[in-house]
Amino acid sequence: MSPIENVSRRKFLKGVFGSGALILAVRYVPPMWAQGLPTERQTDADRATLHPNFFVGIQQDGTVYIVAHRSEMGTTIRTSLPLVLADELDADWKRVKIDQAIGDKRYGDQNTDGSQSVRRFYNTMRECGAAARFMLIQAAAQQWKVPASECSTEPHLVIHKATGRRVGYGELASAAARITEPKREELQLKNPSEWRYIGKGMTSVDLENLCTGKAMYGMDAHLDGMVYASIEHPPVFGGKIKTLDDQDALKVAGVQKTVRVDPFKPPAAFQPLGGVAVIADNTWAAFQGRKKLKITWDNGANESYDSAEYKKELLETAHKPGKLIRSVGDSDKAFPAGNNVVEADYYVPLLAHAPMEPMVALADFKDGKVTAWAPTQNPQAAQAIMSSELGIPPENVICHVTLLGGGFGRKSKPDYVAEAAVLSKKLGRPVKVVWTREDDVKFDYYNAVAAMYMKAAVDEKGRPTAWLQRSVFPPITSIFDVNSVYGDPPHLAQGWTDLPYDLPNIRIENGPAQAHVRIGWLRSVANIYHAFAVQCFTDELAHRAQRDPVEYMLDLVGPPRTLDFTNVQYPNYGADYKTYPWETGRLRKVIEVVAEKSGWAKKKSRKGHGFGFAAHRSFLTYVATVVEVEVGNDGEIRIPRVDTALDAGLVVNPEATRAQFEGAVVFGTSIVRSGEITAKNGVIQQSNFNDYPVARINEVPAQTNVYITESSAPPAGVGEPGVPPFVAAFCNAIFAATGKRVRDLPLSSNSLFA
Amino acid sequence: MVKLKVNGIDRAFNGDPNMPLLWYVRDILGLTGTKFGCGMALCGACTVHKNGEAIRSCITPVSEAAGSEIRTIEDLGAKGLHPVQEAWMRMNVPQCGYCQSGQIMQAVSLLKTTPHPTDEQIDDAMSGNICRCGTYQRIRQAIKLAAGKNA
Repeated sequence: MSPIENVSRRKFLKGVFGSGALILAVRYVPPMWAQGLPTERQTDADRATLHPNFFVGIQQDGTVYIVAHRSEMGTTIRTSLPLVLADELDADWKRVKIDQAIGDKRYGDQNTDGSQSVRRFYNTMRECGAAARFMLIQAAAQQWKVPASECSTEPHLVIHKATGRRVGYGELASAAARITEPKREELQLKNPSEWRYIGKGMTSVDLENLCTGKAMYGMDAHLDGMVYASIEHPPVFGGKIKTLDDQDALKVAGVQKTVRVDPFKPPAAFQPLGGVAVIADNTWAAFQGRKKLKITWDNGANESYDSAEYKKELLETAHKPGKLIRSVGDSDKAFPAGNNVVEADYYVPLLAHAPMEPMVALADFKDGKVTAWAPTQNPQAAQAIMSSELGIPPENVICHVTLLGGGFGRKSKPDYVAEAAVLSKKLGRPVKVVWTREDDVKFDYYNAVAAMYMKAAVDEKGRPTAWLQRSVFPPITSIFDVNSVYGDPPHLAQGWTDLPYDLPNIRIENGPAQAHVRIGWLRSVANIYHAFAVQCFTDELAHRAQRDPVEYMLDLVGPPRTLDFTNVQYPNYGADYKTYPWETGRLRKVIEVVAEKSGWAKKKSRKGHGFGFAAHRSFLTYVATVVEVEVGNDGEIRIPRVDTALDAGLVVNPEATRAQFEGAVVFGTSIVRSGEITAKNGVIQQSNFNDYPVARINEVPAQTNVYITESSAPPAGVGEPGVPPFVAAFCNAIFAATGKRVRDLPLSSNSLFA
Repeated sequence: MVKLKVNGIDRAFNGDPNMPLLWYVRDILGLTGTKFGCGMALCGACTVHKNGEAIRSCITPVSEAAGSEIRTIEDLGAKGLHPVQEAWMRMNVPQCGYCQSGQIMQAVSLLKTTPHPTDEQIDDAMSGNICRCGTYQRIRQAIKLAAGKNA
């Protein structure tokens, strides 16, 4: 077991048993545990006849309850992780029911973010399933008075081959509940050849509901007696109300009252932004009432924020020496004066998440306790912020997780859930807070705006002899610490610290930037701008040297080896480096696969028709992508085809994985074509899909081919890794077709293309 | 008072006739399959049928639906899955699924007027419906699959 998993296990333990308990099979929770739980915290799995641990319960009628403790926002995780447990339990999937967990520390981490659900819980799921199967086999063996070693399972049955006896899991549930839970070393995990579901996958358990309108999202949560709230937030981050006139708002039919929401105390973290809530009988009335509010604001210090000026500042900072992040050789000395030095500035603006379901939450505060229903990626964070905002202990907060109408990282920040809880406490009744699309676009936790300065000295073959890269962006940590201006190691590690090139002199730096809006995680996060700069700059160097970009990349990546991060802060996405090393051989492999599958060697770019390539490791997954573009005389850019090859280690659900990579190129298309949030006088200029356009069906790749390579490595991420190499490969393809280098995103604001 | 038919049931609404149909079906009738995405007819998540034609319910006042027949996703598969829904399931289209009610209602309307759409016709008809998860490739395939059944 890897150290990082031991760490998470310790946390897990603490949540379950309190500190100091010595447990053999740490994940197996005595049945007693569930009995001590208040009913509202119990799952069906807890209440089942046989429940060897809190991830699974088996009823006497054979129903198997499996707990999904991660949030479903479209990745199929609510299916894929329970499927792993079901496989080791040898359950018949048709008889499995999924229990969606509330926010509860006993499950361990629930922040469905960072493409880590499978890799963090794969072993846990397997062992929890195997534990139940062990007890069922023991119970059958006792009944039949045969050695357990002679018994085996078929889906939902224990069988004794020698005598042909068979008994169902349901019939065994009571007897199995009296069997002592196995220790870890007693568990018999299946051989991969015995897997029925792992690696084969299954469609979403919600599929039919998703196609019939029956699926329940946060937007659909309802409680009798609830009121609807729409909140006018301060237009500038950190602003406060100066004066409020709500007379006209109160005249709107259906509007009941207005309620002030206190401004946050810095740092903002996940606190409500503050403002004025209009409370109404229905959503429409609340929206209408809001339009009639007359508010004057004290905008505060961020009123000076102008994104055009800020861009200049970032680029200036990127040209000054920054903080050293990683150094190989001596780049300073290796840069000669002369014409074999190449420099370039890359820039990516603020990006909004814009999930199709705007922020929404329902909360009911009663008798010192609050119950919430929310589309949240992080129910434990929602629980924590509701607890602190209401001044009640966390155990008096229940956060139910609905389906999420998209998340992309926005819904790991539960400010909107806290708003509902605060309002419910003030009003003494259930409150549903509904954000408009405008609220969503204007009050996001944006992906950081970033400037990257790239410099290389090249030899006669165009190979760099020295390499300098310096990034500047307001860090996500600024939402937790207002003085934070430098990139933190986990986000610098996202495609920056870990430049995989085999070069004699490398210098990687980061410069300071003050945040003026809330900065937050967005699908692929810092990898977006880092990979854009590194992969496009590499393409520039390849073209400058008149070398094939794939061949050039393989030359720079160098021979298969494990990158050495001794004396370098490289958090590796929170994963143990021994279990998940950075292996250039795996990057080479996906590059070779995508080159072959796309027919790269035969593709010749010409004016108006180009092929671009990029390769990148993120979230422990290796991806290489080839993009084909056609550029019309009118400048219109079409994408006939995308090929993308990936090594994500063991893939539990291949179909869901393909879907994630198909979706990633669409997400990337939005970033390249039109992804841009700007600010003037501290106010965000965009508001809806008219001025923050996202890719539509006629703008996306006509065909995306996804190649999952066989891998013996442990599971890695699949939700995010597809985005960064696509963004760079798309821009490289545009260069191949037009001779114009995309260094400023998006195209819609780039003077070369707009 | 506005009188209209929703999913075959006669309804009368006494509230604000300017209320968009979207909020009427969601908040007043409790038909939550139709989704709110933008409020400006920019994303198509709110698509329903008015007398068989796809409309954006978020900008359609209830008053404009007076006397008409409104059909929402709930009714589409009420008597067994609609072929478009079946095709959606076969192609495993949805990711988060939030936009898919609107996508399906739009696709049903497309196939009614154009039983065998070309890629271009599909793009034209569907370009008002945003899917942020990026399921467009499968949407195209599902529409073609459903169109094949029209043959």
